[in-house]
Order: sequence, then C-alpha cells, then structure tokens
Amino acid sequence: MALKILKNDCTVCGACEAECPNEAISFKKGTYVIDPVKCTECQGQFDAPQCAAVCPADCCVAA
Amino acid sequence: MNVISLDSIFGLGEMKSQPAPEASGCTTSSCGSSDGPSDMAPEVWEKVKNHPCYSEEAHHYYARMHVAVAPACNIQCNYCNRKYDCANESRPGVVSEKLTAEQAVRKVLAVAAEIPQLSVVGIAGPGDSLAAGAKQTIQTFEQLSQLAPDIKLCLSTNGLALPDYVDRLKGLNIDHVTITINMVDPEVGQHIYPWIFHDHKRWTGIEASRILHERQMLGLEMLRDAGILAKINSVMIPGINDEHLLDVNREVKARGAFLHNIMPLISDAAHGTHFGLTGQRGPTAKELKALQDKCEGDMKLMRHCRQCRADAVGLLGEDRGDEFTAEKVMQMDVDLDGGGFTKRETYREHVEAERALRHESKAAAIAEVAHMAGEKPILIAVATKGGERINEHFGHAKEFQIYEVNAEGAKFVGHRRVDLYCEGGSGDEDGLGTIIQAINDCVAVFVAKIGGCPSKSLEEAGIDPVDRFAFEYIEESALAYYADYSAQLSSGSIVEKIGADAVIRQGAYTSKRA
Ligand code: SF4
Ligand code: SF4
Ligand code: SF4
Repeated sequence: MALKILKNDCTVCGACEAECPNEAISFKKGTYVIDPVKCTECQGQFDAPQCAAVCPADCCVAA
Repeated sequence: MNVISLDSIFGLGEMKSQPAPEASGCTTSSCGSSDGPSDMAPEVWEKVKNHPCYSEEAHHYYARMHVAVAPACNIQCNYCNRKYDCANESRPGVVSEKLTAEQAVRKVLAVAAEIPQLSVVGIAGPGDSLAAGAKQTIQTFEQLSQLAPDIKLCLSTNGLALPDYVDRLKGLNIDHVTITINMVDPEVGQHIYPWIFHDHKRWTGIEASRILHERQMLGLEMLRDAGILAKINSVMIPGINDEHLLDVNREVKARGAFLHNIMPLISDAAHGTHFGLTGQRGPTAKELKALQDKCEGDMKLMRHCRQCRADAVGLLGEDRGDEFTAEKVMQMDVDLDGGGFTKRETYREHVEAERALRHESKAAAIAEVAHMAGEKPILIAVATKGGERINEHFGHAKEFQIYEVNAEGAKFVGHRRVDLYCEGGSGDEDGLGTIIQAINDCVAVFVAKIGGCPSKSLEEAGIDPVDRFAFEYIEESALAYYADYSAQLSSGSIVEKIGADAVIRQGAYTSKRA
C-alpha cells in the first residue's frame, strides 16, 4: 500500500516532500522518490494522499 | 578579488556637467519625479526610493537580483506550466537554476561584492516563495539579514499561505511583499485558477478561488497592520479579468497596498500553459496602457516591472545571472562578512548627490514647456542602459523605455523588449521589423547612435530616429523634443501619427535559454 512518483512527469519541485506526514518522500539522485515502507497513502491521517493532492504534475499515483 | 574602478561603476554614460538650472525652484505642483515625494507618503518613499522594483528612478541606478530557492507551489494558474518558472513575476517559459538556501546566500554575497549597485534581493520563485513551509525562503532571508544588513529583502507570493507567515516576516525585517492578485470575485477567479492546495486538501472550481481571495485579502490586511509594504501584481487577461482589474485596484487600495503593477499575460502555445494551448491572447500595448491609465488614479502604478527571470541579476534590462551560477559561486572566494559593503556605500552616496541635482534640472525643463499645456501627449522610445540617460546604441538595445510626454513632464509608462527570445524559432521575423512593431505607437526613438539603414526604415514607419540627444538625460531631452515637435506640427512641416498600436514581445528576458 503505497504511492509512487512517475519520474518522467515530475518537475522536481519538492511540494510533495513538504506535505508528506510520514517523511516517506526524499530527494535521491536528481528526483523525488517515495519509500514504500513509510508510505501509508495517508490513511487515517488525511482524506486524500497529500502528495497527490499537491502535485502540479499529477504524477503521484498508486504503485 | 578584482577591484572595480569607480569610473566603470559610474560609467553609465559620459558624465556631462549639467548647466545650472534657473534658480526658480519648483514651479509646478507636481515637482520632482513622477514617483518622488510629491505623491507618496514620506515614510513610504524612504523605504522604496532605492528599490529598483518600486521606484522608476531607482530602476536606473540600482540593481536587483532574485534567487530561485522556492520551486514548490500551492496553486495552479492557467497561465503557468509547472515545468517552468512561476509566471506571476518571472517570464513564462523560463527555467531558473534552483538553489539551496546556502547556495543562495553565497550567490548574493558574491554578486554584492562585484556589483555595488545591488540594493535588493528578492525571492519570487521559481514556484511560490511561501509554499512548502517556506523553509528555504526564510532560511535565506535569516542569513542575509545578518550578513548583509544594508541590502533590502523582498518576496513575491500568490498570497494563499501569506497569513501564516506575516509574523515571521516581520521578525525578518522584510519591508516589501508582492502579492499577485488577479481577481476579487471568485466567479472571475475560477477561469484563472483550476485548483489550490489548502489545509491538506485540493480545492477546485469556485470554492478554490473563494478561499484564495479570502486569504489574499487577509494577508494584505495583516501586512498593513504589521507595517510591511505591499505591492500588488495583476496579470491582465483580455476577456477574463481586464475590466475586473479596476475592481481589484479599488479593493487593494482600500487595504493599503502602495503600488499596483499590471502586467500583460504572456501566452504562447509553446509554453504548454492552459491559456497558451487554448489560444487565449495577451493584451496589445495600447490595451495595457489604457488599463494602466484608468487604474492609476491616486495610487501609484508600477510600469517598469520586466517580469525578470526568477534568477535574474542586474540593472535595468541586463541579466548577469550567468556569471553567478551555483557552480561558479561555490568556487568563488566569497567575503562572507558584508560582501563589499564600503563600495556599495560609496556608490549610494554618489547616486544620491546626482539625483538631487536631477530633480532641479527636471523642474527647469518642465518650466520650458509650460506654455504648451493642454496639447496632446506623444510617446517616445528610448535606448538606455541606466543612469536616466540616452546612452545605448539602437542596434544594441534589448529593450526600449517608453515615455509619455506632455507639458507636465516626461513620464515613464513602460518598456518594450525587443530581444529575440526564440532562437531558431520563427526565423522569418527580422530584427528591425520586430523593433518597429514593438515601438510603433511612438513618434520618435532616442538613441546614442544609429546606422543609416535602420534610420531609413524607422522614418518610413513614421518613427523619428533621434541621436542629437546622445548621452543627455532622458526627461529633459524628451521635453525639448516635444517643444520642437509641436512647433513643427503647427507649422505643418510634419503630420500627426494617429492610431498606431504596438505588439508586446513574448518570451524570456534574455535570449539565452536555460
Ligand atoms: S501518500 Fe501520503 S504517506 Fe504516501 S508518500 Fe504521499 S503524502 Fe506521504
Ligand atoms: S509534487 Fe509532483 S512534481 Fe513536485 S516533486 Fe513531488 S512528484 Fe514531483
Ligand atoms: S520581476 Fe519586476 S519586480 Fe521583480 S525584479 Fe524584475 S522588475 Fe523588479
């Protein structure tokens, strides 16, 4: 149960990293990635996955 | 570290000694420059007079730079494609080099040591300076206010997160904030903003614009109460918010904004923005000016904003950003303590002295044309690289400054870029044709020098190429020209140019692509 970032669409803006409640997103080798172990899809915390809600490129999707 | 000679610092033009103005003092009620003390509260003028973004006059003497430390954004605008910089202030279709706060601080100190004209550092993106917790923005400002306290700090934002940070900004001693406000009615806003991210939720439709509007107004009021100056930027989108910007003007004025800057929508399908792809056009030069004139009233309108790149460095139209890339500044030997403070101080003292003289000579020149009161104004294009002088060659100009001249004075009303943004793009545009289109509403173009060929084409287009005021001050020369022009008109030796409009150039500030 986790989301992933479609690398080719990502603008590397970092908006998702700041919103993630679980510090699941980090900047690695020139792009942002989601750690599937830490990602909870925001369940129990927010109504919708925060990264997907803030992403301007709509590239945070179900893994 | 190489030392800049004062000659090269002050070499904005050949310094000619000014004839002492008639000791008449100030004869007209609108003494001084158009944004001088006469139409601005003294405490506001004190804060903005050396700010190249807010005072037209300072624009000629002081440099500004932006550092691109804020890539994230919290809203989506239809004139923006997030692959590029924020189009609110920067030119759309541009990619700035993103910096960390640490790199940004080094860059500022390196620039400050090289360019003594530097007086302001801003953060305007490339996304929203207060999105994503505003971490990099605040860290950059915290350090700069300690290391180079003589440099002014400012930031631009869409306003959504602003109410959360006003207290913080107060502590950082930031006295200027720019908010981009394109509407005060969510009905209008829904055509500009498809969604916002607020309070852990993505909002769409009219609700999104309602929240954005309320946050913008709240933020503006909080700035006023905190004693932080607020400038408003609006993007003019024909058919969507053009007439509505009069309402925006009224509302922001009522909440204490001290400047309103109306910028043209830059829309190009190649930028991949919603407006670009749907063929939404930007305004023509005439439409833009008509709206700016209507909004002006008793609130200052800012007409010289160039929508610089989010990593621009320099004076007027210049961009020296390439000399200060992250890679280069990390290798430079940077003076981390003040970054050349003495040199900046010397420069500032010199400029203050020159500007005091200028106010007198302008008043004298205005007195010379007083008898022409009521005559029609004319527009003049000027090639300058700063110092309020006509000191650029026609062929080297990347932009022309436009002055409106009548018996009350020569007023700066905007600038027109003529650099070719699209290298290898539509190659059928010839440079001269582009320039003529861009200044076609002017009766003359003032230059330091011009060749025979372009002169002829300009004349054919009804634009008088004028080099007889080379290296003189712009406003005084414009007034002298106006007197001649009107005498020639009444004697019938020239005919009036009516109804011409000009094209607003699209694209990035410099022809260099990131
Ligand atoms: S879905 Fe939630 S938990 Fe998972 S990466 Fe996105 S913001 Fe973090
Ligand atoms: S918000 Fe979207 S575009 Fe921005 S870094 Fe995250 S995944 Fe990439
Ligand atoms: S974008 Fe406008 S306000 Fe910002 S530095 Fe350029 S001219 Fe000044």
